[in-house]
Amino acid sequence: MPEVVMPRLSDTMEEGVLSRWLKKEGDAVRQGDVIGEIDTDKATMELESFDDGILEKLLVEEGTTVAIGQPLAVIGDGSGTPPPDAESPAPASTALPAREASAPPTSKPVPAPAEAQPDSGSQRLLSSPLARRDAARHGLDPATITGTGPGGRIVRADVEAAIAAAETDQAQPQRQAPPAAAGREPAVPLSSTLDSVEVPLTQMRKVTAQRLTESAAAPHFHLTVVVGVDALFRFRSDVNERFADQDAKVSVTDLLVRACAATLRTHQHVNSSWAGDRILAHRRINIGVAVALDDGLIVPVVTGADAKSLDQIAAETRSLAEKARSGTLKLHEFSGGTFTISNLGMFGIDNFTAVINPPEAAILAVGAATEEPYAQDGELRSRRVMKITMTSDHRVLDGATAAAFLSDLKRTLEDPLRIVI
Amino acid sequence: MPVITYRQALNDALRAELTRDKSVILLGEEIGIFEGSYKITAGLLDEFGPERVLDTPIAEEGFVGAAIGAAMLGMRPVVEIMTLNFSLIAMDQIVNHAAKIYGMFGGQTPVPLVIRMPGGGGQQLAATHSQNLEVWFAHVPGLKVVAPATPADAKALLLAAIRDNDPVIFLENLSLYNTKGEVPDGDDVAEIGKAAVAREGTDLTVISYSRATTVALEVARQLAGEGISIEVVDLRSLRPLDRETVCASVRKTSRAVVLEDDWLSYGVGAEISATLMEGAFDYLDAPVRRVAAAEVPLPYAKPLERAALPDANDLIKVIRELLDATSFSPPAAGTAGTST
Repeated sequence: MPEVVMPRLSDTMEEGVLSRWLKKEGDAVRQGDVIGEIDTDKATMELESFDDGILEKLLVEEGTTVAIGQPLAVIGDGSGTPPPDAESPAPASTALPAREASAPPTSKPVPAPAEAQPDSGSQRLLSSPLARRDAARHGLDPATITGTGPGGRIVRADVEAAIAAAETDQAQPQRQAPPAAAGREPAVPLSSTLDSVEVPLTQMRKVTAQRLTESAAAPHFHLTVVVGVDALFRFRSDVNERFADQDAKVSVTDLLVRACAATLRTHQHVNSSWAGDRILAHRRINIGVAVALDDGLIVPVVTGADAKSLDQIAAETRSLAEKARSGTLKLHEFSGGTFTISNLGMFGIDNFTAVINPPEAAILAVGAATEEPYAQDGELRSRRVMKITMTSDHRVLDGATAAAFLSDLKRTLEDPLRIVI
Repeated sequence: MPVITYRQALNDALRAELTRDKSVILLGEEIGIFEGSYKITAGLLDEFGPERVLDTPIAEEGFVGAAIGAAMLGMRPVVEIMTLNFSLIAMDQIVNHAAKIYGMFGGQTPVPLVIRMPGGGGQQLAATHSQNLEVWFAHVPGLKVVAPATPADAKALLLAAIRDNDPVIFLENLSLYNTKGEVPDGDDVAEIGKAAVAREGTDLTVISYSRATTVALEVARQLAGEGISIEVVDLRSLRPLDRETVCASVRKTSRAVVLEDDWLSYGVGAEISATLMEGAFDYLDAPVRRVAAAEVPLPYAKPLERAALPDANDLIKVIRELLDATSFSPPAAGTAGTST
């Protein structure tokens, strides 16, 4: 009897959360049918059936974290299925014509059809639109609220009760944290004292923590160069003015993506990754751009960046960032990077060191452009500079190799026409 | 302010317009010598003469058509169809002519016509004489459809309808004719297309029109004693429909019930419900509920007729179900009655 197991949906995935069942026990399924949804470390993905048959048993409840390869459900020929629930609702429509045709005209208040008998077989979380809106406004996860409406629907009164409970919690001084609430995803806030509030980890936060901890185990070194950017900024405004009518708005990050990609063509060591017992030197140059989200960090990837024009890159980074913020990035849009850029210049950071996005060999941290004085021909002048810092994995790269790349990158950025070739 | 009946308010409005504007004429069956089946036109023949108040043959298609022609040539005819049920004979004139002429002929002539007619059940007039066919008209672009619930609105909307340049279907209800209310003496003209918040409340909105509004108000008063605060929105106009007032109320109360005298399927409640999905979805704490007439030809027998029409008890039952479904509890202070 075929089992449906937790699939590996990304390179970095080790476990997933079965967030929602879209079929219920006893449903017929065909190969390719989407039977559920899985929250991976990065996105919500569909769980497809690889078999035809009857979904005989759901082995895990919604919200359960399951390791890759562990069974989620059983598909069979139906012999192992319990008979359809007595409580599974008869199609509401069958009752209506009979009533219309012959029943005495007494039942004027229309019984809300179907709605009044929510499908008790499904595990779908029921909540009114208003309750959902209010819960979201207060940062409450509806899954943690007990619904008192029909079929357990969460209504506004339930959300208000949950908010009141949370406020009482916060007001309780020195309250003991409850013992890790038996296997359930904790409510927000889970417990609190006067000084701090526990914030449960989102899946994305967990993964960020885990991956970057892994990364910290790698031997790192950092190299910083100062890049004169007057020419780069002039180039950018020239491009944006010249092609204003084509909606090709190019950002500093886009120029950096293209410059890094072009420079990486001749520095394959940097475009490599550590694979435990060997090094993988990548033929494709896929540049990741770190995007900050409200609840975490994600690195969408511009694939084959060295073969793309500036306006293509600009359009792509803009669309990827939008998708990242709306949580609609597809797996292939944030995996497979070979080099990452993290730009905090817009936040006014002068310079910083970034943590490598494993298994990549290097990451470039970009600071803000600032004005600095310098002497030329015995005269004091000023110019705009930007500090860029590369963090390298010493298992893959040595100081001189990394320095050669950085020096070429600096040359490209200071002579921006090189960016377009 | 004088307190008069709905019937008197209509009579006053007709007299005022006949006096004010020489182009206003009345047409209908037995509206002159007999003063109308429901005495809405009492005294008007004597006062304004047979050129202004015209008794017509029993031929709805003919006299509605004649009124349309008169309207196109500059008159402002007010037609009485004895009951809404007889308008079906004139449907082609109303839908294919009155509603279309202005648009189809490039706006060369408006059709400033009013068709007044009473509808509704509860009088033991049996299935063919007791209908609420308001959505038949409210569905049609080119018509305006009003359905006043109070004597004041009856007058103010009839004044507005007669002065409007579009054909207006003016729906009266047999059981409202003897209801009384304060009606301003003067020239108080309503704006067609504006609903009224007939009673303010915070917990639940009942949306209704015509006779049903009087039921909704009665229920709202009754439930106030239990600490339940009902807002009543009286649509007044079914086309154009004042969607904003409906949505604004439900955005405030989060619970909505439509009380309508027509049949449920494809009825006014269906339109209001869809309007709320579009305009107040995120504010709904439960699905919109509808209380309408049983989906049968209305029975003649009194107990069956009563059972088939929506009443206060039906509305209260659904209100309680909706409050329960949203775990409503009335505020502790000020609860006088007991809740079941």
